[in-house]
Amino acid sequence: MSVKDKVIEIIAEQAVLETSDVSCDSTLAELGIDSLGLVESIFAIEEEFDISIPFNANEPDKSDFDISTVRSIIVGIETLIAEQKS
Amino acid sequence: MHRVVITGAGTVNALGHDVAATMEAMREGRCGIGSLDFKDVDRLSIQIGGQVHGFEAEGRYNRQQMSLYDRFTQFTLAAAKEAIGQSGLTFSGELAAKSGVILGTAGGGVNTWDQNYRLVYEEGKNRVHPFVVPKLMNNAAASHVSMEFNLKGPSFTVATACASSNHAMAQAFQMVRTGMAPVMISGGSESMLCFGGVKAWEGLRVMSKDACRPFSANRNGMVQGEGAGVFVFENFEHARARGADILCEVAGFAMSSDASDIVMPSKNGASRAMEGALVDARVNADQVGYINAHGTGTAANDKTECAAVADVFGPHADRLMISSTKSMHGHLIGGTGAVELLACIMALRDGVIAPTIGYEEPDPECALDVVPNEARDALVDVVLSNAFAFGGMNAVLALRKI
Repeated sequence: MSVKDKVIEIIAEQAVLETSDVSCDSTLAELGIDSLGLVESIFAIEEEFDISIPFNANEPDKSDFDISTVRSIIVGIETLIAEQKS
Repeated sequence: MHRVVITGAGTVNALGHDVAATMEAMREGRCGIGSLDFKDVDRLSIQIGGQVHGFEAEGRYNRQQMSLYDRFTQFTLAAAKEAIGQSGLTFSGELAAKSGVILGTAGGGVNTWDQNYRLVYEEGKNRVHPFVVPKLMNNAAASHVSMEFNLKGPSFTVATACASSNHAMAQAFQMVRTGMAPVMISGGSESMLCFGGVKAWEGLRVMSKDACRPFSANRNGMVQGEGAGVFVFENFEHARARGADILCEVAGFAMSSDASDIVMPSKNGASRAMEGALVDARVNADQVGYINAHGTGTAANDKTECAAVADVFGPHADRLMISSTKSMHGHLIGGTGAVELLACIMALRDGVIAPTIGYEEPDPECALDVVPNEARDALVDVVLSNAFAFGGMNAVLALRKI
């Protein structure tokens, strides 16, 4: 399974949606994921890919990890995998 | 209804091992937060905290006591000794039979859980010390205070996360006020600065890696502390009759529950607790000169708390002072309200308002007088102490100069 498919699966599970309902352009807010849901999703992603995501809930905008859309999250994870697994 | 006063105070925290040292540090705006020092700290992403240094159980407690006292109990007993010593009370006969101890803690003997899980899971041992349970139980500290000082009245422990101490002190206040007890020992303690304790908090992603900067626009989270605060709550007539030195009056309290979210704070719940405390204390909002804020340094708490203060106090919100001493001693979780009560006593008794240190950038959402970085001399007659816990459980105390 690709990184993209796996991330969509994790986000869909958090949002209690079908994977087909989650598009790359979706924002987490549109999917009904609140701040606690976001922290849970990040945990699930870290566990799945064995990476560490720099994310502080107090300053989500300042993080290098862009959570504005599903696509930006996937790109961020691919970057972190490349950095942390190299 | 009886009036209730505080006739003794004691503490151990990152700023000092007694009240005098703690208040001196608060006056000087000193920071007690630094690098954490315990086993496996290198495996944590959060490596700072308001840790108590130089407090050795050896020499302070004997071998039998040490086998029964978790660190949160050790802190509590030291603080209780100071508080009761200052009050000049000894408990015997009728006074002992009616006086009790109510303390707050969120985690109880977290170090004992941590150490013994290590032994059985990590080291594979199949046997633990016989006193693990009496050492880690949440009421251990209250029990040892009752035994040490012969307190035989109502005694128990309250756990409401970050509001534990305030809920405990509100209960103690109520018991003295209604005449149920002439004296109650109250406050709280916490000691979860160990690998498992900090690791658990890391998971929530609300901890700062560098500093606790309440109300500052660049704040980035809370920093944990540890320690204890213990007070002697006494019937005013009882205190006056024996010529006790009175530190201040406990004038009122209120509790509220947000009934909304397990971690996100609510402006309405906070407002209702502050309003309720004013009503209970029979003081007008414009009489309040200082609020010791919950002020955790998280994005969510600080803006919600400031909005609640603005709602409750209206135009007077711009005239009162509000500071968070968590910037200095860290967040003592279940013990935090007790240590923060010292800042309230200092304001009422000494006319010194403890600062919010680490303040760097104004935040339009926290546009109150947060007493940035330097303590201030000011005469205040009534103060509030806020505690708003995870789980949405709030407790606010009102104190008055005497």
